[in-house]
Amino acid sequence: MSEYRYLPMTEQDQQEMLDTIGISQLEDLFDDVPEEVKFKGELDVKPALHETALIKEMQRLAGKNTNIKDYPSFLGAGVYEHYIPSVVNHMLLRSEFFTAYTPYQPEISQGELQGIFEFQTMICELTQMDLANSSMYDGPTALTEAAMMSCGQMKKKEILVSKTVHPEAIEVLKTNAVGQNLTVIEVEDLNGQTDMKDLESKYSDNTACVIVQYPNFFGEIEDLASIEKIAHAEKGLMIVSSNPLSLGMLKAPGAFGADVVVGDAQPFGIPTQLGGPHCGYFAVNKKLMRKVPGRLVGQTVDENGERGFVLTLQAREQHIRRDKATSNICSNQALNALGASIAMSAIGKYGLKEMAYQNMQKAHYASRQLAAAGFKVVTQGSFFNEFVVEFDKEVKEINEKLFAEGVIGGLDLGRFYPGKEKQMLIAVTELRTKEEIDALVSALEGLK
Amino acid sequence: MTNKNQALIFEMSKEGRIGHSLPVLDVEEIPLEEMLSGEFVREEPAELPQVSELQLVRHYTALSRRNHGVDTGFYPLGSCTMKYNPKINEDVARYPGFAHLHPYQPEAQIQGALEMMYELQYSLEAITGMDQVTLQPAAGAHGEWTGLMLIRAYHEANGDTQRTKVIVPDSAHGTNPSSAVVAGFEAVTVRSNEEGLVDLDHLRELAGDDTAALMLTNPNTLGLFERQIVEMASIIHEAGGKLYYDGANSNAILGITRPGDMGFDVVHLNLHKTFTTPHGGGGPGSGPVGVKQDLVPYLPAPIVMKEGDSYRFSYDFPDTIGRVKPYYGNFGINVRAYTYIRTMGPEGLRQVSRQAVLNANYMLRKLQPHFDTPYEQHCKHEFVLSGKRQKKLGVRTLDMAKRLLDFGYHPPTIYFPLNVEECLMIEPTETESKETLDEFCDAMIQIAKEAEENPEIVQEAPHTTVVGRMDETTAARKPVLRYTPEEYASVK
Repeated sequence: MSEYRYLPMTEQDQQEMLDTIGISQLEDLFDDVPEEVKFKGELDVKPALHETALIKEMQRLAGKNTNIKDYPSFLGAGVYEHYIPSVVNHMLLRSEFFTAYTPYQPEISQGELQGIFEFQTMICELTQMDLANSSMYDGPTALTEAAMMSCGQMKKKEILVSKTVHPEAIEVLKTNAVGQNLTVIEVEDLNGQTDMKDLESKYSDNTACVIVQYPNFFGEIEDLASIEKIAHAEKGLMIVSSNPLSLGMLKAPGAFGADVVVGDAQPFGIPTQLGGPHCGYFAVNKKLMRKVPGRLVGQTVDENGERGFVLTLQAREQHIRRDKATSNICSNQALNALGASIAMSAIGKYGLKEMAYQNMQKAHYASRQLAAAGFKVVTQGSFFNEFVVEFDKEVKEINEKLFAEGVIGGLDLGRFYPGKEKQMLIAVTELRTKEEIDALVSALEGLK
Repeated sequence: MTNKNQALIFEMSKEGRIGHSLPVLDVEEIPLEEMLSGEFVREEPAELPQVSELQLVRHYTALSRRNHGVDTGFYPLGSCTMKYNPKINEDVARYPGFAHLHPYQPEAQIQGALEMMYELQYSLEAITGMDQVTLQPAAGAHGEWTGLMLIRAYHEANGDTQRTKVIVPDSAHGTNPSSAVVAGFEAVTVRSNEEGLVDLDHLRELAGDDTAALMLTNPNTLGLFERQIVEMASIIHEAGGKLYYDGANSNAILGITRPGDMGFDVVHLNLHKTFTTPHGGGGPGSGPVGVKQDLVPYLPAPIVMKEGDSYRFSYDFPDTIGRVKPYYGNFGINVRAYTYIRTMGPEGLRQVSRQAVLNANYMLRKLQPHFDTPYEQHCKHEFVLSGKRQKKLGVRTLDMAKRLLDFGYHPPTIYFPLNVEECLMIEPTETESKETLDEFCDAMIQIAKEAEENPEIVQEAPHTTVVGRMDETTAARKPVLRYTPEEYASVK
């Protein structure tokens, strides 16, 4: 009897197979592993659990966590809790999608290919760009790939990135830049927005690209029109990292003349999952089409003239070009891109606008209520669904007390910016009710 | 599968339909202009679809029926380890206590997540024989690049800045040379010998002061175990280089041998191959990296540490190469892999590799009379066939792959590795029954026969799929990468 439900081989099977091979024992198949490197004994891995015990153990681990469905949360900072229509998970559980590989055989992968083609279209619509790839690991790695692509395209080595971009994205960018011997120059933040004077002074004909975030890390809406003028002054490329939900309300980066728009589609149907897996998106204008990293799905016809879809422009990719590829990335986040497409289709044209509008209204309500209660709202400019408040105590301490009251407070900015330990980045999505917002305000008042 | 051409979701959209139920706006509204100045207001809404919930469900259900997955049928795609993706893994990853965690919640609120991550790090260290694992890389290629950046940092810290070359076998995955270049190295190719193994004399010639690392998959992409691994390790180490283990083929070695014991300094694992997390049609995956002690200081922070009964993130890596990914890696995928490891236990994992290898050898021997088999050595978890014999009859490997579609199988990997003519690379995995292997072999044997007797049926395949062979040339020459109503009209 087999002890393992995923292993169908019986003793009889094994014997028949050994006979076919012409060996007497299975060990003979490992004769080519040198004796001195053969592993002897038992791997130091915990013992197997039967299904019932396994469920209990995994529930124990999950149960040790506080999840954001049990407590109202005001955390955002690049990862957001949003409405996820029930259909999303049901469709993602169609195992023809999740148990498939990259669609290299188009004849039996039309579903996946079409789903991704639709995703690419939706991203183009949101960003108002000419084309989008099939997705990337996440927003920050998409941003980094955009910077690398720009340096390759412009044959320049300097990357200008605003300090109002997500700090972890800047970290990932810097790690990558080392590999390519590129220079990352940070542009100062002035009152929560990119300092235009500093950007202008650091920009030169060595600049491959200018990277900004819209809305930025502090929730503020950057002046893309002015940034565009600077970014394009000497043929640099303009890269905008954008929360795609905000584009339900905000004028698209493509309409401001961005060359590359990246971001994370996580707000559409993808649970927060402690930060991953999410779903980077990558959109460009037409002149960069053959420089795009990652997979691209294109429409074509089959030998009978029927419409169909294939992976295309593969000459850019590592499995063809090897060391000359535009990127080493092999996978994308297809399943999450599919999830995002399903969510975007459910939310739809007007739903997206409504959802973005609710985020903005609720965040502004929260900021007004906090200001009215006497708290210092640091954010001065226009913001989408996040803003910064400064307290007279450290946020770390405030959050501990808020949690005791059943509320998960916003991000302690001191985590990334020494000196900002008393500033909190508060995110308010459509899921926060008036009651929950009011409860946050009164809990904070109680801590004064 | 269904034959009906499936409309794009945009084509079924109708003004005014909805598929959602958004919360109500229960706060006092203020005029838009008080929140946003006019220059930032979007005038034209994005043209997202407008469909009802049932239309949406029918659409994606129809798409799923036009797709082949492991649950649909056998998927012997070499080097991809298309094994069964357990259902319980999917359930567990969806527990609210895993799915709905925010990365910036305080450590005290996510102790269960940290415990899981710690245990996974520990298990992968035990399985690979490495000293410390990071769960941050998102996928295999990302892991490769991370590992190479660690090696680069190590050499630089030792003042060895002249180590600019990474040696890669000619049979290596395309990601290897590509990752080397992205990490700032030059990729140098070492030849394979007639047995399909790295040519040691050539390796000796290449190894030197400028060698940063050798990247190796063992078993290699031909499915052969590099028997001379101990000697290879000493050639590279004596030259001052590091050994990188591409873990794409780890399904052959669980509990059999460990990269750490073979002399490797860095390893990445593809949790979406060996550890049953789904491929998802191209991702998300997860590509943890393990290293030996001398590379630990360079790891990307944070790493999960245990202190008494509690767990915390350690950022104490002063020489770190920096983050390679925001937050903590693909946590949701890592939950699935850990669930699998706990399902199998140490003996179960060993059985996985033993049975994967037995399955592959069994198929190899059954198919050997009908196809050219370039190498005599026992294979490991996968093997290669050459379609040379069939090519002489006018039937290409591509044709045979397409013909397999008519039998309901996903074809093997084809035309890879590059050093085998008309290559077919077959990886059955351990989760397939002998009956499935037999049926697949029968189909292959029938196709070999067809190539002799009735080549047209193979050359014109597939005959039963929802679409025929696609015009890929036009797709690349005149790319249509998004839907626009006008372009669709012209196709019609």
